[in-house]
Amino acid sequence: MIRALSLSAIMMLVAAVTIAPAALAQVEIRIAFVEQQIDPPPTLSNLDPLPDDLGRAGAELGLEDNATTGRFLGHNYALTVHSAGSGEDFLVAARQALSETALLVVKAPAEALLALADLPEAADALIFNTSEQATRLRAADCRANLLHSITSYAMRADALAQFMSKKRWTDWALIEGVHPDDAAFAEALRASAGKFGLRIADEKAWVFDADMRRNAAQEVPLFTQALEDHDVLVVADELGDFGRYLLYNTWEPRPVAGSEGVAPRAWSGVVEQWGAAQLQSRFADLAGRRMLSEDYAAWAALRSLGEAVTRTGSADPAALRAYILSDAFELAGFKGRPMNYRGWNGQLRQPVPLVHPRALVALAPLEGFLHQRSELDTLGLDEPESACRAFEE
Amino acid sequence: MRSLALVLMSLAFVAPVSAAEIWVSNEKDDTISVIDVETLEVVRTIPTGERPRGITFSKDYSRLYICASDSDTVQVMDPETGEILHNLPSGEDPEQFVLHPNDRHLYIANEDDAITTVVDTETRKVIAQIDVGIEPEGMAVSPDGKIVITTSETTNMAHWIDTESQSIFANSLVDSRPRHAEFTKGGSELWVSSEIGGTVTVFKVEDQAEVAKIRFEVQGVHADRVQPVGFEFTEDEKRVFIALGPSNHVAVVNAETYEVEDYILVGRRVWHMDFSPDKTLLFTTNGVSGDVTVIDVAALEAIKTIKVGRFPWGAAARP
Repeated sequence: MIRALSLSAIMMLVAAVTIAPAALAQVEIRIAFVEQQIDPPPTLSNLDPLPDDLGRAGAELGLEDNATTGRFLGHNYALTVHSAGSGEDFLVAARQALSETALLVVKAPAEALLALADLPEAADALIFNTSEQATRLRAADCRANLLHSITSYAMRADALAQFMSKKRWTDWALIEGVHPDDAAFAEALRASAGKFGLRIADEKAWVFDADMRRNAAQEVPLFTQALEDHDVLVVADELGDFGRYLLYNTWEPRPVAGSEGVAPRAWSGVVEQWGAAQLQSRFADLAGRRMLSEDYAAWAALRSLGEAVTRTGSADPAALRAYILSDAFELAGFKGRPMNYRGWNGQLRQPVPLVHPRALVALAPLEGFLHQRSELDTLGLDEPESACRAFEE
Repeated sequence: MRSLALVLMSLAFVAPVSAAEIWVSNEKDDTISVIDVETLEVVRTIPTGERPRGITFSKDYSRLYICASDSDTVQVMDPETGEILHNLPSGEDPEQFVLHPNDRHLYIANEDDAITTVVDTETRKVIAQIDVGIEPEGMAVSPDGKIVITTSETTNMAHWIDTESQSIFANSLVDSRPRHAEFTKGGSELWVSSEIGGTVTVFKVEDQAEVAKIRFEVQGVHADRVQPVGFEFTEDEKRVFIALGPSNHVAVVNAETYEVEDYILVGRRVWHMDFSPDKTLLFTTNGVSGDVTVIDVAALEAIKTIKVGRFPWGAAARP
């Protein structure tokens, strides 16, 4: 009943905005970008260091996009950045952000996100997770005030499995790194293989501590020679540590996929279809580098808020949350179809590009994977699978 | 060898004096394909600047204006010779434009800069730049020339520009990714297509009030892939043909009742279109399949597919 009331109030607001575009009611929208900086573990190669402004640059672009639209409507956006350095207390930065605004866009690991979402002062906040892919945050550990604009491990793994299924690369050999993120992605890959009827023929852990930059050509053929017959070598190496040395060094000539080779990602600098070239060039102008998944997720979070403010004329977190989770919401995310949020766990429904470093290979969901509600729900936790109950009101 | 030369000579001789033509810009080939309306064949392929998209003729058809997006210029071509006469200052990344009824002022959407640039084609000078929303694309001018519309893709608005003051006097929100706008000939209505929203919104020009929203449903195609882009009114304005992008269909809409009457299957990712000068045929650009579909306007049937260059984008008829 309460939900129905608030929705109809939103609809009235929408009508008011559409009918009288010239009547400018000034609205101030303050958004905080809160991040926990983490020293990344060492990797074998230093070719692709993580940018310091990863995520934040995407939020800044989203702010610019919102501000341009807001200018015509009397909506004024501001973005403040609260950054906890490596080893510093994330909640200090988070509390400071919450003292300024209830609209938070966050780059932090799962535990920090949950601690923030569970703060008493965050009860009425609207928080966007733009970096943590752990599937549990979309399941048993979900929170009603926490939405996810970044893809989950499950969504990425499902995207890859759909592609493999289409290619009939049905038998996988899985190589897993030692980092917890590798284990999380590997677990999602196993689940996706089961979901789409593919077979994991063999598995191996990557335990080398030698410097592969010099001896990959000697070690990798031996390492992969013992693997059972497989169509494709699937790699869980989320830090980009060793995966790059597997390509073209395998015993059998097999394609590499997963964290390396054909990789499912929320975003990549090689996406140029669906008008994305414009987003890429705006980002490159602003940040001086290519746009990565975390940048895209932060941009999408800002744009989700902007879209909700534009359509409702409100900056109230509850009104924005209700609109964002309603059927009326749609975000044009440069991935070929409208995107919106799953009502049962707050995950942004979105296509997942499968890319290699030079081009887009495919866009999931692939043709033929059907769903009664939205083909996008063939990726990640569907409603019956999700253990999330926080969104039931 | 001699016969080939003869053919080439006769082609060169015939082409300029031939009857009606459809000119098509090929975005990824940096060329224009010229289709003969009688034979329905490509009779000329003309090189242009980089990434040609919007194209339009001057009122007397003596000049072709070309948005050469990646060359950051609007090129002016002599359609008889195919020669580029000169470039116009256009602002960065011109994507689409509209020629004012005065036959002199070009209103250009600068996609990368969130600006609409107004250029005087005679003095070749920029006379105004107007801040609009992000990724401006759709451009339209009212028949009396008093209003120009720019739609912005990411801002999701139609901006109403007063051509006397060269400033925005109203903004109308539409559904996601507005791509194209057209006034009705009488100037009483403005139509705007929203690609990602999947709708076409009709506004009353007098007070910018929304009077209708048209939705589409193509059998066997998921709603997310039904993405309206370019559209054109028939001569009598009773019907509108609307390109539905990756659904590979053109919708036929009753312009009085706003009801969809038919869907016509065309090539892949249908984008823009134009009528033959006698209005009996409609030519649609199909970006992904790299061809043009010819539709018989009376029968509402696709009658031929013509191969053109890579990624055909704009279309303009020349009598």
